[in-house]
Order: sequence, then C-alpha cells, then structure tokens
Amino acid sequence: MRKILHGLAALAIVAAGTVVVAAAQDEKNAEPTHFPMLPPQQLSWSFAGPFGTYDKEQLQRGLKVYREVCSACHSLNLVAFRSLKDLGYSDAQVKAFAAQYQIHDGPNDDGDMFDRPGKPSDHFPAPFPNEEAAAAANGGAAPPDLSLMAKAREVQRGFPRFIFDIFTQYEEGGPDYIHAFVSGFGQNPPAGVTIPEGTFYNPHFMSAVSTHMPPPLQDGQVAYDDGAPQTVNQYATDVAAFLMWAAEPHLQVRKEIGFRVMIFLLIFGVLVYLTKRKVWAEVAH
Amino acid sequence: MSGMQHSTYTPKSGLGRWIDARMPLPRLMYDSFVAYPVPRNLNYAYTFGGILSLMLGLQIATGVVLAMHYAANSGLAFNSVEGIMRDVNQGWLLRYMHSTGASFFFIAVYVHMFRGLYYGSYKAPRELLWILGCIIYLLMMATAFMGYVLPWGQMSFWGATVITGFFSAIPLVGDWIQQLLIGGFAVGNPTLNRFFSLHYLLPFMIAGVVILHIWALHVAGQTNPTGIEVKSKTDTVPFSPHATVKDGFAMVVFLFFFAYFIFYIPNFLGHADNYVEANPLKTPSEIVPEWYFLPFYAILRAITFNIGPINSKLGGVLAMFGSIVLLFIVPWLDTSKIRSAVYRPWYKLFFWIFIADVIMLGWIGAKPPEGIYPTLALLGAIWYYAHFLIILPVLGLIETPRRMPNSITEAVLAKNGGSAHPAGATAEPHTKG
Ligand code: HEC
Ligand code: HEM
Repeated sequence: MRKILHGLAALAIVAAGTVVVAAAQDEKNAEPTHFPMLPPQQLSWSFAGPFGTYDKEQLQRGLKVYREVCSACHSLNLVAFRSLKDLGYSDAQVKAFAAQYQIHDGPNDDGDMFDRPGKPSDHFPAPFPNEEAAAAANGGAAPPDLSLMAKAREVQRGFPRFIFDIFTQYEEGGPDYIHAFVSGFGQNPPAGVTIPEGTFYNPHFMSAVSTHMPPPLQDGQVAYDDGAPQTVNQYATDVAAFLMWAAEPHLQVRKEIGFRVMIFLLIFGVLVYLTKRKVWAEVAH
Repeated sequence: MSGMQHSTYTPKSGLGRWIDARMPLPRLMYDSFVAYPVPRNLNYAYTFGGILSLMLGLQIATGVVLAMHYAANSGLAFNSVEGIMRDVNQGWLLRYMHSTGASFFFIAVYVHMFRGLYYGSYKAPRELLWILGCIIYLLMMATAFMGYVLPWGQMSFWGATVITGFFSAIPLVGDWIQQLLIGGFAVGNPTLNRFFSLHYLLPFMIAGVVILHIWALHVAGQTNPTGIEVKSKTDTVPFSPHATVKDGFAMVVFLFFFAYFIFYIPNFLGHADNYVEANPLKTPSEIVPEWYFLPFYAILRAITFNIGPINSKLGGVLAMFGSIVLLFIVPWLDTSKIRSAVYRPWYKLFFWIFIADVIMLGWIGAKPPEGIYPTLALLGAIWYYAHFLIILPVLGLIETPRRMPNSITEAVLAKNGGSAHPAGATAEPHTKG
C-alpha cells in the first residue's frame, strides 16, 4: 500500500513538473501576437506607496496638456470643473476656467436649445457630439473617454511579479501605460511588421502593433510657466498623473485614512491579543 | 452536545424574567454564545466561521447603503457607480469595502471549507451541517456573480453573457432557462434589473441559511483538531470569554489584511476592463471571471471534446457543476472512520496535493485556452474528480491511521508536556495548534 501510494505521489509530482516546464517553453515560443510588444516603463510617481500624494503643480501641468492637446479628440465626461479645486485652484479661478467653455443647454422657456458659458457644476464638454462622429473623424476608431483611463488599462504583470505587487503596492500600471503609450511613437517597426494604412506604429499599444491615434505630442508644444522641461516625456508624464487624479480623485484621502485605520487595527490587535493570552493563561490548549 | 445540555441562564432583572417567561431570546443567545461549551484545543483555523459572519454583516451593511445611490438601469448604472466613487461622501470607501469585501469573503470561506476537509468536519453526525455550508457557498457564488454585473463594465457584461450562455447547453430546456435568466435573447437592461433584485435578496437568504448552519452546529458541537468527540467537561471551555476573545483577535488580524487591500491596492483583485462601460458591440480581448471562480472556470474549459452524445459545451458545464455537487456528497465518499487528517498520514498528503491541484486549476483558469493549458486543465480536472471519487473512498479502506489519544484533554496535556494525566499517557503529541 505504502509503495503504491509513494509511486503515485512521485508520478504526480513528475507529471506536474514536466507540464509546468512545457508551459514555460510554450510561452517562450509564442508568436509575437501578444501586445504590447514592449512593456511600459515603471516610473516613480508622487502618488505611489502608502504615503503617496498628488503633486498639484504636476496636475496643473497635466491639465494644461489635456486641455491644449488631448481634448481635441478625447472627452473627460466624468470630471466636473468644480473638482479642479483639488489641483490647488481657487473658487474664482475655477469659475473663470469653466466660463471659457461653451456648454450646450436647454430647452429655455421658448423651447430652444442654446449655448452658455460653463459653470463650476458643469463637466468638461466632449469634443464630438456622439461616438459615431468621433469615429468618423479619426479613421474609424473613436478616441475613448479619458476619465477612467488610468484605471481601465492594465498590462499583464505575470507571475511572480503580480505577487510582489501586493507588497510593493504597485497600483500605477495605468499611468505607466498612458505615459508609455503617449510617448511611444516615432520608432521604426521591426522588419516584417506591416502597419495598416492610416495607423501609427506604437510598440507600447496594448491592442495591436499600431494605433489610430496620431502622435499627439512634440517637444515644446505646450508652454509650461513653472520651469518644468517642455519635452514629450515630461508632457506624457504630467498628463498621465493628471488622468490618475481624474480616475481616482480621492486617492490621497484614501491613503491618509488607510494609515490611521492600519495603526488603529495594529494597536487594537495587540490589546486583544494580550487579553486573549490572559483569558487562556489558565487553560492548556 | 449543547442540544442535550441544561440551560444555565438566570435572568437578573425583573424585565429579564418577564421576557424570559414570554419569549426566551436572551436565554437562547446566552446559551449559544456565552455558556456554549467549545473544545479547548481549537486552533485559528476554527475562527473563520466568526470571520465569515462578520463579512456577511459588512457586505449587507455596505451593500444597503450602496443601493441607496445605485441606479439599476443599463443606461445609468456605470455612471451611478462612478457617482458613488466621486460625489457620495465616503462613497469610494463603501464601494471598495464592498468589492474587496466580496474577495475577502471568499478567502474566508475557502479557509473555512478546507479546514472542514482537513479535520473531517463533514463526518457523522455533522453531514447536514456540512450540506448547509455547501448551500451557503452556492448562494455566495450566485450573489457575487450577480453583484459583479451591477457596475455594468465590460467584464460585467461579457462575464454575464458567457456564464448565462452555459445554461443554453442543457438539452431541451437550456434556451428557455437562459432566456428566463437574462430576460430576453441577450444580456441587457432586463438582466441588470433582475440581477440587482436577486443580488439584494440572496444575502438575506444566506443569512437565513447561516442561522440553520449554526443551529446544526450547536446540536452536534464543534469538531477539533484531534477529531475526537468531547467526552467530559474538562475537554471544553465556555464560549465566552475564551472563544469570543480568540475569534475577536482573529477578526482584527483578518481586518488588518482586508484594510490593506481596501486602502492601498483596492483594484488589485479587480479587472481593469470593468472600468470601461459595457459595450455589446465590442468583445474584450479576454473574458476572465473573478479569481474565486477560476478553478471552476478551468474545469469548464477542460472539456474540449465530445463524449458520445454529450458535446464539449455540455460536457464542460456538467463537469463544472459536478465538481460542486461532489462537495455535497463528501460525507459519503470518505469511508475512513478517523475524522482528522492529523491521524491519517496518507490523507494528509493527498489533502495538500488536492490544494495544489485547485491552485493550479485557478492559475490555468486565468490563462487563455491555448497551448499546453487545455491539457493541464484536463489533468487537473481529472485529479479533482479522482480525489473525491477514488482517493477518498479507497484511502479510508486501506490506510493505517496513527495511534490516537483517548480524549481531547489527554491530547492537550501530552502536547504541553504534562503527562500527569491519569488515563494511559500514551498519546502521541501530534495535535496542531
Ligand atoms: C487626433 C486625435 C487625438 C489626439 C489629439 C489624442 N488622441 Fe488619444 N486616441 C485617439 C484615438 C483615435 C484613439 C483610439 C486608438 C485606437 O483604438 O487605435 C486614442 C486612444 C488613446 C488612448 C487609449 C489607448 C488604448 O490602449 O486603447 C489613450 C490612453 C490616449 N488616447 C491618450 C491620449 C492623450 C493623453 C492625449 C493627449 C496628449 C491624446 N490621447 C491625444 C485620438 C487622439
Ligand atoms: C453575500 C454578500 C454579498 C456579496 C458576496 C456581494 C458581492 C458583490 C460584488 C462582487 C459586487 C461587484 C463589486 C464591484 O466591482 O463594484 C457587488 C456590487 C454591489 N452590491 Fe453586493 N454583495 C453582497 C451583498 C450585498 C447586499 C446585501 C447588497 C444590498 C442590500 C448589495 C448591494 C450591491 C450593490 C448596490 C452593488 C453595485 C455597486 C458596486 O458595484 O459597488 N450587496 N456585490
């Protein structure tokens, strides 16, 4: 009996071993049909880690990039002007900012639709009236809404990295991806890769070899008034940080409350443990 | 055990006596959660029942408040959840507690179930207790599946499409069942409405079954790591304060890990695609269920071939449902007279192999069904079935158990080095915890 079982167990372990090795082999030989062709670079963000906070100056720069470049194609439907106060703007500044936009509203008392200047309670207006118009203007691919983009893209991290991510609290895959994607243009495709008409090669794009989005940024395109470098890399970083804020506006408060909760649970846990020791001291168990 | 036991409750106040004579609920509570005797040698694996009750309470509390702000309409649902995240005071906390809470609920239930399998908690006289647990688990799966559809993201929509699609594999009535489930020919607004209604209802049904589960528990009493039934008063301690404080400590530790995920990596266990609003015209590149369904998903996809009249789709669905049905009949598949794996060296080994198998299945469930993975999934599924249908029955007949102590007290004293106990101090010091 023992022998049989030993044999069985050994067999199972060997079988499992071969299979795992085979799986690993398989992954290596896979065709380059897996995207993105290049994984995003991991940047160090101010909002990473247990004490992460948003860098307001960076968010303001990111807003500028969004407004002057991305907003020509991309909507930001979920973000209200009033929430821009998070970026360090005063009530008056937010009011003035909103008033620069024309908002389609109505009907008025005569039953007509009309345009009026934006108010803080309005959301960013979309560049296209509907998805069809957006697609038609962009070679058939509608530019997606960016409000949640920083949480809506995730390049597979693979084993064992996704385990380590628990301990390093890596939750910045979204902004890393946006930065890599937006600044990932202008490279030459490897030999043998054909780029479909009307698309642009981008090895960081996670759905195909090339994307319908034209390279949006050039050095010096957006003027910064705080001395930050006016490079594609800096623009991409700033707009990615801004989009992280847009997707998770309460991140900072979440981490602050989290720290207090963790400390409370730690102290409370020690107290309960000491109580438990006392209660059980008399009982062998 | 406590079923036979005499109540020791004596109401102290006049009001207490008045209530006790009319509806002795305080007496029931006292007998169940204060005086109730528990084995003295329970380890921390036994604290997960309490943790599960806590999690059910938390899910219901956060869920009821979320429901106040949520709009169960396919045109509004996605943005209403984002409204909760952005504009409702502490809405992000409620939502992250609820979504992460579902995962931690499943972590707790898996520990709880594997504890039961390891210590043989399902054996007579606890078969009904075990089956009630399996029913809770089924209800939890239904609840979580329907809850995941509510935010109406891409994974919500396509997950619902894939899972309800299984039902169409059933011969004759399949299409009818599928249409009943989704309220039409494709997942849409009627689906979302009925799923919300059921997602609100099922947790209260779970609460009801939990009451039956605890009732059955308090008739048979808890098992313990030795698997030996309680024989005398020295084998037990009163629930309060001993079990209360130990369960309490375990809960705080569990909450610590829970809080870590809520506050620092709230989206780690979710899928990025669910932050894209549902779009019936755009299939995501891969459709994966939540992690807690992955082993079953792997078994479903393991059947890639027809078996006689059963086509591969129906075969997969049968294999998946079968793998859950097996849990219900475990009490009759295990032929061993010995309860605890502590005294069953071979069962112990196969238990851990089984755990490894389930983890492997979960890993495959997250992989695309290509290359080596379907073969691996099939091997894993075969082992899963073999564990229950071959290993459990056969092992009980041929395994030589280790020598067991005569009582819990003896086992405890032997472990603590005090062999002073009168009754034959021959026990082996093999109790855990
Ligand atoms: C000329 C219009 C245009 C401009 C300007 C533009 N985009 Fe895009 N963007 C698109 C289109 C079109 C797509 C869809 C691409 C596809 O699916 O191939 C897209 C897609 C994206 C995506 C999603 C990629 C994915 O993985 O699906 C991101 C992120 C993005 N844009 C960010 C930006 C940022 C940040 C800016 C500003 C710096 C910007 N875009 C400026 C047209 C534009
Ligand atoms: C057994 C307990 C429960 C489990 C396992 C569970 C599970 C889930 C899951 C997995 C989600 C999706 C989370 C997400 O991605 O957002 C969800 C959402 C939701 N649940 Fe529950 N739930 C439970 C109890 C309840 C109860 C009792 C209610 C209400 C009374 C409720 C109300 C909601 C609502 C409104 C949502 C959608 C909002 C959201 O997505 O955050 N849940 N649930």
